[in-house]
Amino acid sequence: MATMSGKQRSITRNIDWLTILLYVVLLAFGWLSICGACYEYGEPRDILSLASFGTRTGMQLVWIGTSLVLGAVILMTDDRIFDTFAYLIYAFLLILLFFTPFLAHDIKGSMSWIKIGSFSLQPAEFAKFSTSLALAKFMSSYGFKLQGSWKNITMSLILILLPMVLIVMQKETGSALVYLSLFLMLYREGLPGFVLFLGIAAVTYLVVGLRFAEEPLLGNFFSLGDLLVTLLILIFVGALLHVYCRPAAIREAISANRSIGSYQSVRRRRYAYIALFAIGSVLVHLSANTMVDHLADHQKKRIQVLLGLRDDPSGVGYNVIQAKIAIGSGGLEGKGFLNGTQTKLKYVPEQETDFIFCTVGEEQGFLGSAVVLLLFLGLLLRLIHVAERQPYAFGRVYGYCVFSIFLFHLVINVGMVLGLIPVIGIPLPFFSYGGSSLWGFTLLLFIFLRIDAGRNRMKR
Amino acid sequence: MNKENYHLAKRQYVLAFSAILIVVIYIVRLFTLQMTSDDYKMRADSNAFMHRVQFPARGAITDRNGKLLVYNQPAYDIVVVMQEQVGVDTLDLCESLGIDTAWYRRRMTEIKDPKRNPGYSRFTQQLFMSQLSMEEFSKFQEKLFRFPGFYIQKRSIRQYTYPYAAHILGDIGEVNPSDIEEDDYYRSGDYIGKQGIERSYEKELRGIKGSEILLRDVHGRIKGRYQNGRFDVQPIPGKNLTLSIDIELQKLGERLMQHKLGSIVAIEPSTGEILCMVTSPTYDPRTMVGRQRGKKHRDLSNDPMKPLLNRAIMGTYPPGSTFKTSQALTFLQEGIITPQTAYPCSHGFHYGRLTVGCHGHGSPLPLVPAIGTSCNGYFCWGLLNMFNNRRNYHSTQEAMTTWKDYMVSMGFGYKLGVDLPGEKRGMIPNAEFYDKAYKGSWSGLTVISISIGQGEVTLTPLQIANLGATIANRGWFITPHIVKEIQDGMLDSLYTQRRYTKVSKMHYETVCEGMQKAVEAGTCRSAYTTQYVTCGKTGTAQNRGHDHSVFMGFAPRENPQIAIAVYVENGGWGANYGVPLGALMMEQYINGSLSPSSEAKAELFANKEIYYGDYVR
Repeated sequence: MATMSGKQRSITRNIDWLTILLYVVLLAFGWLSICGACYEYGEPRDILSLASFGTRTGMQLVWIGTSLVLGAVILMTDDRIFDTFAYLIYAFLLILLFFTPFLAHDIKGSMSWIKIGSFSLQPAEFAKFSTSLALAKFMSSYGFKLQGSWKNITMSLILILLPMVLIVMQKETGSALVYLSLFLMLYREGLPGFVLFLGIAAVTYLVVGLRFAEEPLLGNFFSLGDLLVTLLILIFVGALLHVYCRPAAIREAISANRSIGSYQSVRRRRYAYIALFAIGSVLVHLSANTMVDHLADHQKKRIQVLLGLRDDPSGVGYNVIQAKIAIGSGGLEGKGFLNGTQTKLKYVPEQETDFIFCTVGEEQGFLGSAVVLLLFLGLLLRLIHVAERQPYAFGRVYGYCVFSIFLFHLVINVGMVLGLIPVIGIPLPFFSYGGSSLWGFTLLLFIFLRIDAGRNRMKR
Repeated sequence: MNKENYHLAKRQYVLAFSAILIVVIYIVRLFTLQMTSDDYKMRADSNAFMHRVQFPARGAITDRNGKLLVYNQPAYDIVVVMQEQVGVDTLDLCESLGIDTAWYRRRMTEIKDPKRNPGYSRFTQQLFMSQLSMEEFSKFQEKLFRFPGFYIQKRSIRQYTYPYAAHILGDIGEVNPSDIEEDDYYRSGDYIGKQGIERSYEKELRGIKGSEILLRDVHGRIKGRYQNGRFDVQPIPGKNLTLSIDIELQKLGERLMQHKLGSIVAIEPSTGEILCMVTSPTYDPRTMVGRQRGKKHRDLSNDPMKPLLNRAIMGTYPPGSTFKTSQALTFLQEGIITPQTAYPCSHGFHYGRLTVGCHGHGSPLPLVPAIGTSCNGYFCWGLLNMFNNRRNYHSTQEAMTTWKDYMVSMGFGYKLGVDLPGEKRGMIPNAEFYDKAYKGSWSGLTVISISIGQGEVTLTPLQIANLGATIANRGWFITPHIVKEIQDGMLDSLYTQRRYTKVSKMHYETVCEGMQKAVEAGTCRSAYTTQYVTCGKTGTAQNRGHDHSVFMGFAPRENPQIAIAVYVENGGWGANYGVPLGALMMEQYINGSLSPSSEAKAELFANKEIYYGDYVR
């Protein structure tokens, strides 16, 4: 008993209460937004009616309550079970994901929901924490090194790609893309920076090239997009030459690691890589239009609308335009709780799930929306801080997985609502309506908090 | 912590910086969306708010004695919501509304056609059929439950108590595109005064529209009132108008004028208020209401007798001998004659080869009996002496200009400014006119017929009645007007200020004397009554066909209550129609009713018919 209570006390002391506070504040903000999004004109406005069962606001309150219980339960478990059962949990979720399309019934074209009784669960939401656990386990194994080990990189990528593929098969491309965010974690763990750089460069070519593809400069052969991409490539190549091929840079690299070769050979190799980059860049750009032609129609439309190529208020762009109108009409202070007109009158589609941020923008205005974004930023920075204080790679890797996933959800969801990036249907953590995503995020976060709470045990 | 991990740990700052950068970009984006322009706010409002107009009640119109003439009556539009209109028994519906299925199908396609009906939504009410009568409405309402998606919408149209005064009251109709362009008060489908008082007092009668703000969802469905109607604006009803018209007098006038073309205008001299304004032929204003208005209006405008023409202000006629009074006043004021001046007349005016005929009477005559007997010769001599007077005027032109100024001061030659649309100015020629017409070689003799109200001179019946009012007032008039009072408002100062003529009061007494003589022993003997002293002047205006019968007069001579002009086209001698009709009208107004013998006379005249078979104008 004495050891139990001692253990309890040390856990309570070591729990990162700041993260929990941010979590609870975001949950509360999220519930108010759900109230705004689901409220119908003429309904009673008191808190009891809003919280009553059977309504969506009431249901969301149930999800919030169960999430809090789930979080408390996780904090009371032994943190070693996550390390121990990481692969088992990962394997179980993979099997579940594999069978989901066969068990699921079609919801708006998505095959990702399993019905249990009167509840529907989305296994994809839970695969995030299981994949994070498996990665943490794999990358914390003895002698593991990401840098310079192609085998380890490949294995890590396979761990990431397996759930992605299975989720794409459920026609949930948005949820699958979330796993790409784990590259941020890999970067922290030693993935060469140029991999991220290449990815970002490719996306930039795609966006800039397609955005200005239909503004001809020299007949049909050379558009404004082509010119801009050419300039970009020249800038990138120039920057790369400057960073890597200066004599000082080469000599510094050789002095750091004598085994990489002579000055001449290193320089030749670096020139070759940069030439390869330039050629690759041109190829990526040339294939961009062809590639877009091979995308599915709705995907093509989404990209085109995002890039402003189509002015199509009743088509795909409709969502984005209505979202912008709703947010833009909020002004500085917003229209007030339950007073948003665009959301109440259903002008914004998917307003309680993917487009929930519209309600924040319309009812709470610039101040409220900025506060929500800053709360998320606070949570993200806190996650980095907590991840960095982990004594072992397991906790750190898991922590960066949590960070990457939350960052991706925030960037994509809010960016899409603000009309900055394409419409990709993923929820805003703690805000979007639904039990599966809230439980998934809670599990993801609280497992990390539990791992963190045990960080001092080994030292003692 | 090994060295390598220490090196990699620096990457946490790259990641943290990326997160901060993205959040900053998003906050800047939020700022530009929410703080820098009202565009999104306005688009949100136009999304969500439906401003529904609340129409004010149009002002009611009463006569001078408070009798209600025009009021609002509910009419019923049938509207349909396409979304809800499923499984309706079309045959049953058509039968209940008295329409055929072809009409039904055509109307339905019209409603759905976005070109014809730009605001179409299958979730909102669309106009299906407009202005059902009370009868049609009650018949349909009983069966309404059988037609889901069909609703009844109340609207208000004009209704008229009496079948009289159509041209004065006018009517309302849907605005046309130019009305909407000129005044942004109007929206398509609104009503606007088209004729008569409804048109000239449109701004007073229409009131101010209210509005309510409704919340409309993405499907166009109304979800409630914005902030429980806190920003709604109540409509302000139009102002009620009291006309100067005496509807009983108007009624008698229209009765007397039936089967004849022409006009009767009566004015209260002391105020310029128009007591009646009869034009014939006329029509029943009650037929110009509702769905049949368009057809009725078309029929009337195609009628060769021009029943839409308000002859009282739009008909320009030679005033004939009634004009002689204005000549006498001018000559007296200019010192061409004195009341004692006598001119010879031997069955007319003879000057060289020119003859203006006259009927037989004593000769020479001074002014008073000359007016009494309507002597042509007297006024021809008067005009000739004036135009040839080189002591007063350097030239015929100057004399003509002086003459014209007198005429204009009496309200001739220009629009009087009555508060009804479409008034004509008539014609008073001036020197330039004759210079042009006769290439400079003309004299008093050339234009001699203007002295007896013939030739180029034309007046509207209103101007003739106003001449009567001017004489009754001994030298001034107030611009004739038809609206006596605007509820909570002021009349235009035009309708309260006296306008003096160029002739002094004492000369008017002389002319009154002559006009009294005409009634007692001259051309207007049938207007004589022992009850009050009547002044009158006949006119027999020559034209290409049969002469027009004209009468201008007022009564009583002291403190006159009524001045009147009667103009019966092709009625012959002034005494044939003008005098008796004028006398009956004056009796009706002064006594409030007709004596039995007058009533019999009125009935006789009402039934008299003038044949206008070859009437072409």
